Amino acid sequence: MKGSGSLIRQNENIDLLRLATAGSVDDGKSTLIGRLLYDSKSIFEDQLSSIRTFSKTHRNQEIDYSLVTDGLKSEREQGITIDVAYRFFSTPKRRFIIADTPGHEQYTRNMATGASNASLALILVDARNGVVTQTKRHSFISSLLGIRNFVVAVNKMDLVDYSEEVFEDIVSEFNSFADKLSEESIYYIPISALKGDNVTERSDNMPWYKGSTLLDYLENVSVSGGRNLADLRFPVQYVNWGGGDDFRGYCGTIASGVVHKGDKVRVLPSGRSSQVSRIVTYDGDLDYAFAPMAVTLCLEDDIDISRGDMIARVDDLTGIAGSLEANIVWMDGSPMEVGKDYLIKHTTNMVKGSFSEVLHEFDPEDISMKPSAFLSLNEIGKVKLELKTPLFADVYSENRSTGSFIVIDPHTNQTAAAGMISKYNQVSPDKACRSAEAKVIRYPGDKKEEAQARYDRLSMQGTHCIYVDDELLLETFFKGITADSDRYSSAIENLCKIVTRSGVSVVLCSDHQDI
Amino acid sequence: MSLNIEEINHIANMTIAEESYRLSNLKTLEAESINIIREVAAEFENPVMLYSVGKDSSVMVHLAIKAFYPKKVPFPLLHIDTGYKFPEMYEFRDHYTAKHNLELRVHRNEEALKRGINPLSVGTVKCCAELKTKALLDALKEGGYDAAFGGARRDEEKSRAKERIYSFRDRHGQWNPKNQKPELWNLFNSRIDPGESIRVFPLSNWTELDIWTYIHHENIEIVPLYFAKNRPVIEKNNQLIPVYTDEHKEEVKETMCRFRTLGCHYCTGAVRSEADTLPKIIEEMMVARHSERITRVIDHDQDSSMEQKKKEGYF
Repeated sequence: MKGSGSLIRQNENIDLLRLATAGSVDDGKSTLIGRLLYDSKSIFEDQLSSIRTFSKTHRNQEIDYSLVTDGLKSEREQGITIDVAYRFFSTPKRRFIIADTPGHEQYTRNMATGASNASLALILVDARNGVVTQTKRHSFISSLLGIRNFVVAVNKMDLVDYSEEVFEDIVSEFNSFADKLSEESIYYIPISALKGDNVTERSDNMPWYKGSTLLDYLENVSVSGGRNLADLRFPVQYVNWGGGDDFRGYCGTIASGVVHKGDKVRVLPSGRSSQVSRIVTYDGDLDYAFAPMAVTLCLEDDIDISRGDMIARVDDLTGIAGSLEANIVWMDGSPMEVGKDYLIKHTTNMVKGSFSEVLHEFDPEDISMKPSAFLSLNEIGKVKLELKTPLFADVYSENRSTGSFIVIDPHTNQTAAAGMISKYNQVSPDKACRSAEAKVIRYPGDKKEEAQARYDRLSMQGTHCIYVDDELLLETFFKGITADSDRYSSAIENLCKIVTRSGVSVVLCSDHQDI
Repeated sequence: MSLNIEEINHIANMTIAEESYRLSNLKTLEAESINIIREVAAEFENPVMLYSVGKDSSVMVHLAIKAFYPKKVPFPLLHIDTGYKFPEMYEFRDHYTAKHNLELRVHRNEEALKRGINPLSVGTVKCCAELKTKALLDALKEGGYDAAFGGARRDEEKSRAKERIYSFRDRHGQWNPKNQKPELWNLFNSRIDPGESIRVFPLSNWTELDIWTYIHHENIEIVPLYFAKNRPVIEKNNQLIPVYTDEHKEEVKETMCRFRTLGCHYCTGAVRSEADTLPKIIEEMMVARHSERITRVIDHDQDSSMEQKKKEGYF
């Protein structure tokens, strides 16, 4: 059993690289992933034997590597990739999660799904076809999503006689396109996924190529994760309290930055400030925590905080965005409707918003901008978005977590688009507080438990609200008033008016009101 | 390029600071899963966590306990009980949930059990459809659950590699792999209409090896069937099937073995193994040449069997 301890530690600490494939249909993405997994001995024997059997009976070949990732029956029938497959493999140097994404234009949204969590894009180009529109579209989406490391694998070199000239032409073609993208590091490798040239083994067929094999490159490339450790952003996800003790903590994932015990923080939208009194985890309290840890913060002061609120350092707040400009990838079959209400999910917030204008649409062929009235499936553009309730946001280039959002169609519940904020218009914290739709939720006096449960649920779901009942009112605000008098009823109504006007809902449990 | 001493010190300090803000692979996976579990608790009215008593379930429940510490887990656990689980599993289930103060709900397809449905009488396909899929769909409907956590991982099986973390199910609990919602960053779309539901897979990005390493690291309790010891088994279609009755008495052999996955005792094969501790199991895992699901009879009963079951509502 010698060495198992160090093997275990190695698995805990080994570095993880998430990558997404990109490129047109039939460029051989699935075959390449299959080959990588096969050559790095990451396919179990029972899985391999079922792939061999299917290859022989249905494809008339020894082994079809694309069957490793094309796991759906309809994919194997049609020989295409429909949805992202997440595959895992590891070498002694690194662990990998590969999002093998579809090339078909129809499934571009699934490609974006795979790319949104990746830090490297593996772009395949068919040596016979060169750089086609779909390659460009995928590269552009990868770049928009903030991927700064590209590997361009020029595949099917065996079908162009392993020609250096063909390879060099594609390199310069892609380079001139990539000039228009954000500055990336781009590495070019000539390969044959089918024959295994330069995938895990150096190829004897291309002695002119002096660079790394694909696996060698993936194992050693240094990837900046785009992680922001400077600005503390803690979107409140879940308020953890109740149940008989006085513990009250704010659960969430640190979106960016570092938080220390004792840090002075401010909570948006209320603008109230306090100090971090504890950083609670199951494994014990921490002195500090950083992105992307999931922790629970406790504050010195008892202030009203709900899901969707943002905790940041006193001197480094997010913007309070009332409207914004964003790059959008439209993913829904029904085109964008300017002026229609959509749901915007951003950090732990869900608000209503509508597109007021398409500033321009991008042509994926050369990233040029052209005018457009709306966006439809797979189209990419820059838009203006008006928000009904402000969001606590940063621009995407500075902060991926607080700069990204998804658009949901409220009628179909479909995820209609991915958005990356490029600019926002600030509103005052006061306005942010008031713009929520506040209401009075009434319960009769004998439904105290139900009313309290409703209040708990609303608070956890992000509604700013207070709970009041007769007992509380008569003891505090309305001391000296008789409970069953008209004066008492109208005092309750006035209280509700004042509170809701400031954007806070009221859960009211009283015998003396109309229900 | 030349730098002065201050600049070099500054760069060195930055590098050191960066280093201390690094999370290990397991801690990153843990944080990602806790984020998902909390998100579901915050956004859904009536979530439930499916608890199959296996190793992945143990990890998932452990993560739920961590997510809401120091408070109780705010949703119940649901065990879909086929009635044919290993006796050790029932014992462990009751002990584990009581110890951690978890609310356990159990659902069985009693009607089918009364009809005497078992894999020997009707075959594995029908048996699974009745005792697992139907029982699950009925339980979810009766409980009115709008979100159900499951411990499935993408590395388990090729159709599971295609799953979203939030997996949308229609009114009949069906999955449509061709029409999954895009899932960007860690922003999950929780919008559903009444009757529809979401299956949530917080362990999607974990591998079998991660699960074992984490169990070891966190000291998580698991059913003792995972550890090797001498057990009475018979050999059937290259599988070591455990024996709990007086049947097949003459064929039974005491064999040193353990289980890599746990299901119904009729349909779960053991593997020959000497691994009776977690480090030994992890070492065995690292050199394993077969996937864990090779011992699950139900995965091999027809082409694309897992995909088919999932479309119909199975996890």
